[in-house]
Amino acid sequence: MEIMLRDRRAVLAFVGPALLVYSLIVPAPIIWSLGYTVFEGNVIAGFQFVGFHNYAFLFSDPSFWQALLFTVKYAVVVTIGQVGIGLVLSLLYVFFLGKASGLIRTLVFFPVVLPTVAVAELFKKIFEIVPQYGLVNSLLHLAHLDASIQPWLGQGGSAFWVICTMDIWRSMGFYAVLLFAGLVDIPGEIIESAKVDGASGLRLIRYIVLPLLTPILFSSLIFSINGTLKVFDTVLALTGGGPGQSTTPLTLDMFNTAFANGQYGYGSTLATALAVLSLFVTLLIFRSARSDVA
Amino acid sequence: MSQTLPRQLVDTQMSVAELRVKRRESRRNLLTRVPVWVLIGLLLVVEIYPLLWMLLSSFKTSDEFSTGVFWSLPTGLVWQNYVQAWTSGMSTYFLNSILTVFPSLFLILLISLAASFALEVMKFRGSNVVLLAFLAGIMIPLQMVLLPLFTIYFQTGLINTRWALIITYTAFGLPLSVFLMSGFFKSVSRTVIEAAVIDGANIYQVFFQVALPMVANGIVTIALVQFFFLWNDLLFSLTFISSDSLRTIQVGLLNFSGQYGQVDWGPTFAAVCLAVFPTLILYLILNQQVIKGLTAGSVKG
Repeated sequence: MEIMLRDRRAVLAFVGPALLVYSLIVPAPIIWSLGYTVFEGNVIAGFQFVGFHNYAFLFSDPSFWQALLFTVKYAVVVTIGQVGIGLVLSLLYVFFLGKASGLIRTLVFFPVVLPTVAVAELFKKIFEIVPQYGLVNSLLHLAHLDASIQPWLGQGGSAFWVICTMDIWRSMGFYAVLLFAGLVDIPGEIIESAKVDGASGLRLIRYIVLPLLTPILFSSLIFSINGTLKVFDTVLALTGGGPGQSTTPLTLDMFNTAFANGQYGYGSTLATALAVLSLFVTLLIFRSARSDVA
Repeated sequence: MSQTLPRQLVDTQMSVAELRVKRRESRRNLLTRVPVWVLIGLLLVVEIYPLLWMLLSSFKTSDEFSTGVFWSLPTGLVWQNYVQAWTSGMSTYFLNSILTVFPSLFLILLISLAASFALEVMKFRGSNVVLLAFLAGIMIPLQMVLLPLFTIYFQTGLINTRWALIITYTAFGLPLSVFLMSGFFKSVSRTVIEAAVIDGANIYQVFFQVALPMVANGIVTIALVQFFFLWNDLLFSLTFISSDSLRTIQVGLLNFSGQYGQVDWGPTFAAVCLAVFPTLILYLILNQQVIKGLTAGSVKG
């Protein structure tokens, strides 16, 4: 038994293919990408060594700062929205709906599985102004709030909120289910004894349920922030980064730099900046999680 | 990462049942319940109405789009929109998605099952390091690998072929699959494996004939989760595929609306529905499995 489970050749046969495919397509290109950051050029025109010029340029590049600001703003708003609404929904599922929550959980989970571009087409139509009013402008018209009717996706400020709304709408069901799974794992006796001690309603949730839910809340936060810092599909499909550069996140900035402008070196530098940002934020949450638990 | 799914489910039902009893005991007053029900109703409208509207709109003629208000219903079922969407590209995009997603799924399952079996059931030095290396992959921004992969595929002539997507999808499907699958293998009973070994099975027979049937639930879960990821991929297929005849659904849709501009929403929404409803139906049939799968790894992990 032991001998068989330690059989080196069998281990290699089982793990080898996965390790090979994975290393060739994930870690190796990452290192390659880091190498690109000290070059400029592309596959067709050839490369030129530029030292740390790309990094120096990064800090003086206004479009990088704009993309960074957008990315961070978006990540904060959407993470709070997703996890916050998800939390409220999960509490609703467990403490209000009880066993009847199955159907509602399923329905609210719907948009999670839909293709982003399809959802974006829908949202474009909902926030449309010309040639016809979309749902939002029609409702405003109906409520005699014609002054508020505007081209929602045509202005950077409101487009930001449309993008956030769409992504929160899409993913709150996912976080609701994630947190729901954590909530139902809390032993019934703990809640019961807290009730016996006189805790109820919001106090029960604040002092008993939330502390017990902390580990999963942190996983959700890490998951959400890592996903939202890398937002790409939603923005590309809804606004294409416009008007102008106003809704361009780092991912799209990198994509345009690399593929539209053919600057592989600077594109890789932007990708590296994004990777560093994700890593930094994740570590930050981990650290605060540890000090919170301790 | 203790994987005790069945037990978890029993616990779920018990504690929820207990809570229900508690709720009935503490007679809540109607005044707080009604507003919450209204809120839930509102929530369902917000989640479901847009999807319903999308379906209805796919049957509208362009006249109905330009003259009717947003919430007007279509006057008849205009299948013409679907015919037009299907013949002007969607059939190709559909086929392309199927021809890239399913081979990738097969490879992901085969490779990740083998790897996680070895990582979890077999014993070898460095298994923890290997597992960690896979886990690190979950955090990497795809942008980090885009340019090198583009270069590799360009130089090997794989660019603008389905292979570029299949290889990339397979590699990026591994981290999450290995992570979730290791959890499922953890719960496989060791005595059954021992019994098989005593009966003279070799390690490959143990894997294929004993271990795999015992993680059937896990396999379905991972297949589904990965299916949704791959079917909805935009970045890779946008980067590696340039010819229209090889485009997958997401990129196809992106260009589809451009093809008609602001003018023809009917066929556009028919195309959107064609992209949306297969995934929705698949999800409806297997939703418990999806939800379990998504939560099992991350919560129990």
